[in-house]
Amino acid sequence: MSATDGPTDEHWIDPEIIRPYVVTRGRTAPTRGRFDLISMALAIGPPPGPDAGLDPEHLSILRLCREPKSVAEIAAHLNLPAGTIRVLLGDLFDRELVSAQEPQSEVDMHDVKMYRAVLDGLRSL
Amino acid sequence: MVFDRSERPRLPRAIKILVAGGFGAGKTTMVGAVSETRPLRTEEILTDRSVGVDDLSSVEAKRTTTVAMDFGRITLNDEYVLYLFGTPGQERFWFVWDELAEGALGAVILADTRRLADCFPSVDYFERRGTPFVVAVNCFEGAPSYDLPEVRLALQLNPSIPIVMCDARKRDSSREVLITLVKHSARLRAEPVG
Ligand SMILES: Nc1nc2c(ncn2[C@@H]2O[C@H](COP(=O)(O)OP(=O)(O)O)[C@@H](O)[C@H]2O)c(=O)[nH]1
Ligand SMILES: [Mg+2]
Repeated sequence: MSATDGPTDEHWIDPEIIRPYVVTRGRTAPTRGRFDLISMALAIGPPPGPDAGLDPEHLSILRLCREPKSVAEIAAHLNLPAGTIRVLLGDLFDRELVSAQEPQSEVDMHDVKMYRAVLDGLRSL
Repeated sequence: MVFDRSERPRLPRAIKILVAGGFGAGKTTMVGAVSETRPLRTEEILTDRSVGVDDLSSVEAKRTTTVAMDFGRITLNDEYVLYLFGTPGQERFWFVWDELAEGALGAVILADTRRLADCFPSVDYFERRGTPFVVAVNCFEGAPSYDLPEVRLALQLNPSIPIVMCDARKRDSSREVLITLVKHSARLRAEPVG
């Protein structure tokens, strides 16, 4: 196939589908990763230098997470699937560049204090 | 600023509530009415395997589907953040529902009286899963008007499940629905809160 060949119907793959795999270098997003959609992440430590081996997407996440953000919010702002964000967030977590909630630290659904906080918060909207 | 590893910054704890119902029932509208920003959107990529097709003999089996979810955020205080997810109300997306329902405070099922049957799958799903839920009847102009006992009967709802009228476009009305859910969930899982 020469470089001038355009994509044929058979070989055409939507770039929107490919991008997530490129960003994660083919690491597939686990169906149940370490983080779920509402796991919160916060950037910690000094900003990494250019030798840290991070991709632009990693740096975007760090900028976004100067305030606590959920996986879902990061995904929406970076326009990437949540599964991809989990993989990237895992990289940052391993390098101690973000503090993140793991599913074990889930909110306790039997905690009456939590229900009161939600009620008070909704009432003051 | 010096960061000490032993002193982990405090992250708010995240709570989620699902807003379910048929197409056009007002899910995104409700999420937007109470959230602090306009609804955001996230997508999950599903392979056919995860939506239940398991024919590996054909290349077609590697096709992917994306499921979009609308969501919004309400920062409650320093300690808690609430997320509302408008979930696609189709049975074939059970894979997404399972992840969303895991650890959720509860669900609002929006019932549109023009297409009441559209919320049957949601009612079934949350009943089976044991997720606390309330039914909110969204009042569209020109829609057949039923009273709440009629809708309850049509949906075969257990008498203990709250059912309320709402206008998903109005912040106050949507907020009342959420308050009804929070009280219901607290009653079931913790203790009554006022
Ligand atoms: N009259 C009326 N219209 C509504 C109400 N809630 C939503 N709508 C309209 O119904 C349409 C579909 O709502 P949308 O939130 O997109 O539905 P979704 O598919 O469940 O997310 C939009 O045009 C809304 O403005 C309501 O309570 N009353
Ligand atoms: Mg919608």
